[in-house]
Amino acid sequence: MKKTIMTVGLATAGLVALGGQAQAATLDDVRDAGQLRCGVSTGLPGFSQPDSDGNWTGIDVDTCRAVAAAVLGDAEAVEFVPLTAAERFTALQSGEIDMLSRNTTWTTTRDASLGLNFTGTNYYDGQGFLIDEALGIDSAEQLDGAAVCVQAGTTTELNLADYFRANDMEFEAVVVDSSEASAQAFDNNRCDVLTSDTSQLAALRTQLSDPDGAVILPEVISKEPLGPVVRQGDDEWFNVVKWVLFGQINAEEYGISSANVDEMLESDNPNVARILGTEGNMGEILGLDDDFMVDVLTQIGNYGEMFERNVGPNTPIGLSRGVNELWTEGGILYAPPFR
Amino acid sequence: MESDGTPLRPGRPKPWNDPRVRAVVFQIIAALTVAWVGWTLFQNTISNMESRGISTGFGFLNSTAGFGIIMSLIEYDETMTYGRTFLVGLANTVLVSGLGILLATVVGFVMGVARLSSNWLVRKVALAYIEIFRNIPLLLQIFFWYFAVLGTLPGPRQAVNVGDVAFLSNRGIVLPKPIFEPGAWLIGAGLAAGLVVTFFMARWARRRQAATGEIFPVLPIGTVLILGLPLLGYLIQGGPVSWDIPALGGFNFRGGITAIPELGALLLALTLYTASFIAEIVRSGIESVSKGQTEAALALGLPPRRVLRLIIIPQAMRVIIPPLTSQYLNLTKNSSLAVAIGYPDLVNVFMGTTLNQTGQAVEIVAMTMAVYLSISLFISLLMNLYNRAVALKER
Repeated sequence: MKKTIMTVGLATAGLVALGGQAQAATLDDVRDAGQLRCGVSTGLPGFSQPDSDGNWTGIDVDTCRAVAAAVLGDAEAVEFVPLTAAERFTALQSGEIDMLSRNTTWTTTRDASLGLNFTGTNYYDGQGFLIDEALGIDSAEQLDGAAVCVQAGTTTELNLADYFRANDMEFEAVVVDSSEASAQAFDNNRCDVLTSDTSQLAALRTQLSDPDGAVILPEVISKEPLGPVVRQGDDEWFNVVKWVLFGQINAEEYGISSANVDEMLESDNPNVARILGTEGNMGEILGLDDDFMVDVLTQIGNYGEMFERNVGPNTPIGLSRGVNELWTEGGILYAPPFR
Repeated sequence: MESDGTPLRPGRPKPWNDPRVRAVVFQIIAALTVAWVGWTLFQNTISNMESRGISTGFGFLNSTAGFGIIMSLIEYDETMTYGRTFLVGLANTVLVSGLGILLATVVGFVMGVARLSSNWLVRKVALAYIEIFRNIPLLLQIFFWYFAVLGTLPGPRQAVNVGDVAFLSNRGIVLPKPIFEPGAWLIGAGLAAGLVVTFFMARWARRRQAATGEIFPVLPIGTVLILGLPLLGYLIQGGPVSWDIPALGGFNFRGGITAIPELGALLLALTLYTASFIAEIVRSGIESVSKGQTEAALALGLPPRRVLRLIIIPQAMRVIIPPLTSQYLNLTKNSSLAVAIGYPDLVNVFMGTTLNQTGQAVEIVAMTMAVYLSISLFISLLMNLYNRAVALKER
């Protein structure tokens, strides 16, 4: 909307005019400010969503908070900057935010040409279709001629065109600015099908006037690894953001959770000891305190806790772990070792 | 003393005291400063983007776009380039601005004149219209038309059926699409001939009226020519036009031409909003013409309609044109609010999706700004030419 234009415009002006601090040390900036500025979505249940009191919740939000806990020792020391899909990269490039955690798909173009680095994957997703059950469609291959609601500036927009072209079908793309707007357009019957990452579809379905009347079609037409993003050229900060998430995944693997951190501090297991900083100097070489993972785990918890709390089966979103299960449990979540 | 022989001529001042030299020097310094600032910004941007690993340049315009656009006046599909998406967006912007300017002018003039009507009801209706539409933010009006009016239309399966050929639903209006077969050129030729003949006939009639005072019925004869000649062409060729009539198939209507609701909502909002300002401009223009002009014309026995058309409006135009130009420029620039409801204009398609997919923010924002600047300057140019034609000629 208008804000998009203004933000893109301002951020572009920022890129043009400023930028002397090209190789800035983001870690020092965050410490000096005493606050982490984190770009999140404008509202997507389970990922990043503010409640009526302005408290943000979601797995992307927790990813930001975990970094704040690691760097500043306080998971609450985060300023959340809501961004549309269209605004997000410019906001990061121009230094308006320190990191982006906004269900953003890791692709070659984004990694290589935008001056950005993806630090990992906090949710493995894939694109699907949501459709009114009453239409009696049970496969995406029957969607020829459909009007499809899609969010602007996403990989979804490209996958959609690819899929219909590959299957020799026609479609009409109703492009809207935000995921809420796409759900609204679908609800108003402006389009027949809503397409997005399946996790988002599950979240958006809860916002429809008749959530049970809509079904997600079985086809998953793309790979969408979603993860945090930082600016390129600041390797220290890149490492910090990367290893906080790896730390949370490793913690789950070794059974450390927010409930048992204190007991685990006594653990004899060297892997656990290295994660919690009682052995080795993992924190120091990252530019953090050695016990940074203790702060992360007591305040946010491990990856599994983050998942269960925000999008798991007991939440309104109700997603199962699926491929987002640990590699030891049959999923593809695999973090390099703390060593 | 007078026979001294040397005329009294003031000596030329030293260059640094000569106002003309100084003016030129300061101009040059100012121009150099502006150029230097511009060049520094440019260099700074390029080097900063390079150091941050952001790719630059216009090469992206040749890569494949890979996304769909709901409405395009020129041929487009997702296998075409980003450069093509620029043209698609530009064409859509020009379409909505052009139609908006046309409709806003008509509505604005009607309302402006109605505002001064001697009929109480007409006058008050015009006043209410102007005050309501002028004082509500345009974005709200766009949302109103899109969500509250067009959004409440039934879905395609329950579409309002107009004689089985046109359908109105929340997906827009679907109309039959003419398909021109060989031989259809004669229809176009008939239309062109009708227009040309009418144009010259009107000129001839004007001259004859000026010379003899006799009035020639240009309007009815012109209408017959413009409509009749194409029809004649159609009949001679034995009906070389067939119609692609839309029909409900699968999800949506197939065939025909669809006017999407986003276009309708945007056009309605832009037209009614801008027309309310134009109405006030027209009113002020008419009121600026001295009352004596009307009285004199009436005293000469001219009927009220001709008084308005021949005496008042031509004089009012001199006051109307300059602010009218501003309204046209506003309308064109306001059309970028299209992004709020997803009408695929230049800002939405090019500065939205294309910018996001390529990340070439600086290039794309610069191109978009250049386009709006060019369109605005072009409208200004046309209006200034017109203004010169109607301006008071001092003799």
